[in-house]
Amino acid sequence: MTASDDKMDKARKAQEKLTGLAATLYNQFEQGIVPHISLPSRTKANIEFSSKDDVWIYGDQETTRSVKTVRGAKTLLKTVHLAELLIKEHLKNNRGSTLREIYYISENWDIAKFHEQAESDRLIEDLEIVTALHREDFHVRPEEDGAAVFGPLRLKEKTRRGEKEMHCQEDVGEAGYQIPFNVDNIEFLSHDAKMVMAIETGGMYARLIENGFDEQNNAILVHIKGQPARSTRRIIKRLNTELGLPVVVFTDGDPWSYRIFASIAYGAIKSAHLSEHLVTPAARFLGVQPSDIVDYNLSTDKLTDQDMQALRSELTDPRFATPYWDKQIRLQMDLKRKAEQQAFAGKGLDYVTKTYLPERLAEMGIL
Amino acid sequence: MEIAEELAKQQKAISVAEFFEKNRQILGFDSAPRALITCVKEAVDNSLDACEDAGILPDIFVQIKKSGDYYQVIVEDNGPGIVPQEIPRVFAKLLYGSRFHTLRQSRGQQGIGISAAVLYSQLTSGKPTRVISKIAPDRPAHYCELLINTAKNEPEILRSEEADWERPRGTRVELEMEGTYVRSRRQSVFGSLKSAAIVNPHARITLVEPEGNMEVFERATESLPKKAYAISPHPAGIELGELIKLLRYTDKKKLRVFLRETFSSIGAISAQELCSRSGIDPETPPAGLTHEQAKRLHAAFKAIKVKSPPVDCLSPIGEELIKAGLEKEYRLDYIATTVRPVSVYSGNPFLVEVGLGYGGELEKESRVEILRFANRVPLVYQQGACAMTHAVEGVSWKNYSLSQPTGSGIPVGPVVLLVHIASTNIPFTSESKDAVADMPEILAEIDLGLKEVARKLRRYLGRQSVLSERREKEEIIRKILPRIAKKLSDVLERKEPDIGPVVARIMGNLHVSRKVEREDGRLSVKILLENHSDLVRSFNLHELLAEKADSISPEAKVIPIGDGYDHHWKLSLPPGQKATLSYRIAWRDESNGDAPPAGAKMKEPVVEGLDPEIVTGARVI
Repeated sequence: MTASDDKMDKARKAQEKLTGLAATLYNQFEQGIVPHISLPSRTKANIEFSSKDDVWIYGDQETTRSVKTVRGAKTLLKTVHLAELLIKEHLKNNRGSTLREIYYISENWDIAKFHEQAESDRLIEDLEIVTALHREDFHVRPEEDGAAVFGPLRLKEKTRRGEKEMHCQEDVGEAGYQIPFNVDNIEFLSHDAKMVMAIETGGMYARLIENGFDEQNNAILVHIKGQPARSTRRIIKRLNTELGLPVVVFTDGDPWSYRIFASIAYGAIKSAHLSEHLVTPAARFLGVQPSDIVDYNLSTDKLTDQDMQALRSELTDPRFATPYWDKQIRLQMDLKRKAEQQAFAGKGLDYVTKTYLPERLAEMGIL
Repeated sequence: MEIAEELAKQQKAISVAEFFEKNRQILGFDSAPRALITCVKEAVDNSLDACEDAGILPDIFVQIKKSGDYYQVIVEDNGPGIVPQEIPRVFAKLLYGSRFHTLRQSRGQQGIGISAAVLYSQLTSGKPTRVISKIAPDRPAHYCELLINTAKNEPEILRSEEADWERPRGTRVELEMEGTYVRSRRQSVFGSLKSAAIVNPHARITLVEPEGNMEVFERATESLPKKAYAISPHPAGIELGELIKLLRYTDKKKLRVFLRETFSSIGAISAQELCSRSGIDPETPPAGLTHEQAKRLHAAFKAIKVKSPPVDCLSPIGEELIKAGLEKEYRLDYIATTVRPVSVYSGNPFLVEVGLGYGGELEKESRVEILRFANRVPLVYQQGACAMTHAVEGVSWKNYSLSQPTGSGIPVGPVVLLVHIASTNIPFTSESKDAVADMPEILAEIDLGLKEVARKLRRYLGRQSVLSERREKEEIIRKILPRIAKKLSDVLERKEPDIGPVVARIMGNLHVSRKVEREDGRLSVKILLENHSDLVRSFNLHELLAEKADSISPEAKVIPIGDGYDHHWKLSLPPGQKATLSYRIAWRDESNGDAPPAGAKMKEPVVEGLDPEIVTGARVI
């Protein structure tokens, strides 16, 4: 089967699923059943650990969207509009739109118009859940850039202008290789890496490249740019499972950064339906740990009320219910301080690559 | 000289005027803004009382002018006027009045109000009060300038003369005093007159403010309130001391007569019963009763049942006029009112009226506004000390669809409450007449009145929410469902699904649908009925057909009408139940062989005996 056949097949499958959803609603009308769709409820209370894949997925709690209320009826109307757009514009014509474009397209839908992009984003996630497909299968892409990758890795990318091969140290600029939104268009060819390090801030990513950390330690560096996009999480997952590389996550030492780690290693509450596809259960948290603040005597900022709130909420988050996180979070609540990755610069520009990272990686048994 | 004798030299009587001179807060002149309000209120009350007594529709003009460091207050009415020799004492002698000794509802009672204003005016500005009054169109007007001699509590007349005045009759008073003019708050001259206008919808009140702008509170009715008549005291709740006083000073020679003549609601039989219960000879002279006998008589008053006091001593506003008054000054969606029957506290008859206005332009998130009135006089200050407020706080408003954040206290919501107490003697907490005392009988009556209007509000809101639910469903049915059906047909490229059954289900309606099939050159018709409501639906279903049907199941009545036949079934469907009717009929092929859509020429089935809005899929007659 050729690549384009494969693509056609996928499109046909997506089309069938969406048409199937419409047919379900159609039949409900014909049978005199109040039209509705059921979805797992997407809250913290309804995620559970799947021991099969070591990831967090949605539990059994369901919410029903039915036409019995104006809100439910409007949501179903929007769902049908969206299904029509995806079938007729996207899949039949092999076109695609971004999430934001879809929000704007709905301007012409009269009462079915989305009020904000969050609403159309959510509805697309709903369609992913109902059809058990990914938004890429509907040719829907995000606005946000995927991650950048820098390290001893050779790969091949299928683009609209043919296949391109490149090495992620030799063939790229200082910023690294920009991964496409659909990571499954990439094929890994060869590598010389011992680990993958996902880094939260651009400053630290650039620092490690400048200090030659990737070469010295055979590390593939992934710049995750804040809350990681799906493509970022997908590439980390693939690097881990396909190349068998250990993954460590290096972020700031504050509650929001722990959530970045959680979405890589455990899955996000909003997209728990994709956990099996996106989550890297083997990923480990490198730092900055609250205990590092004490051990390395880092310069810190005071925790704000929102920070404290976030820490408290993490204590009740099932994803953080491990002895390690319990200890670290409670320690931070005692310290009432947080530290940035850049705090190591206070001890010299080489301190992080010469001292902190080697020590931490040795402790974790990776170096 | 002994100390006691020394001290005795310093003892001397205090004039009322002197007493109030030193204790002005008792009369409501304790702050600069309040002094103006109280002054206007006292003068307006007098005007309203006078007009009512004379059967005149009040037309009252109020003007506040800045005059140097002072404010000049002018109040002018079209009342009956005051005879020249009475003017000085009415305005410049405290505790002088016509109402203190009668049991009748009126605004003023003690004869303090306006003279207190005169006193305050002369204390702060040193200027005399000017009065002009005219009692008939053909009589000259009389002009006076007055001060109060506080040591003697007697008027001091500076000028007194005949004068020209363009009004046919009426009274005008001008006072000058220290004060501060506030606008736009409830506690202001404006607010107090607005309130007065609400409970006196028969009055026109015009206010000219210091900056010159004019507000007219127009009258909402041309009919005067019912006149209140003087009555005798009522036996219920009378105190022993009061009874002893009445016994001592009566001119009646026999107890039996005394009882009948002195009290209202006591006739010969009740008088006899009182005497025998207390073991006193009915022929005894009342003045000769011992303290012990008086006590037994007092106990007998409590033991016997007497009828309620006569209503004519009170002049309630009435539900109509409360409504008109509220409508006049607020924009509201709903008004509920109630007038409680006459009741008695300490021998004084009283009645409570309550009005409630909801919605419109009232604030949704702030505390409910309470308009308090006693004998048609708005009470502006000391809301927290008043029995009317306490009664409002005591009601559990949550039971009546209003929120009450702390579980008790003044509720929150778009509501204005009006409470009016009418009585021959309002038990104020102080002489400034700001708040009504917590008499248990009065509290209980206000509570009942409030709950009555609250129940009406709850019913109204209940109806509203049923309506809005209905509206929501209509939006789904008219706007959203047809579009979903259309979109589904676009996506699937199939004909639009029939939304009828879903509509019936959502609306809880009776759904009627008909299926027609061709069978052996005949039409086989099935009518499906489904009751989606939670009530039993009983109705007749009619099918008007060109000819008689056969194989009808269940049995139907067939009546020829016009050029066809009415087939009708009498049906009763329990909630959630379905029924099927079927029949067969000849198919007349009028379109020459081409199969016409079955049933295309058949009229819609007709349902008889139900509301059109609870039926889908059929015509309703």
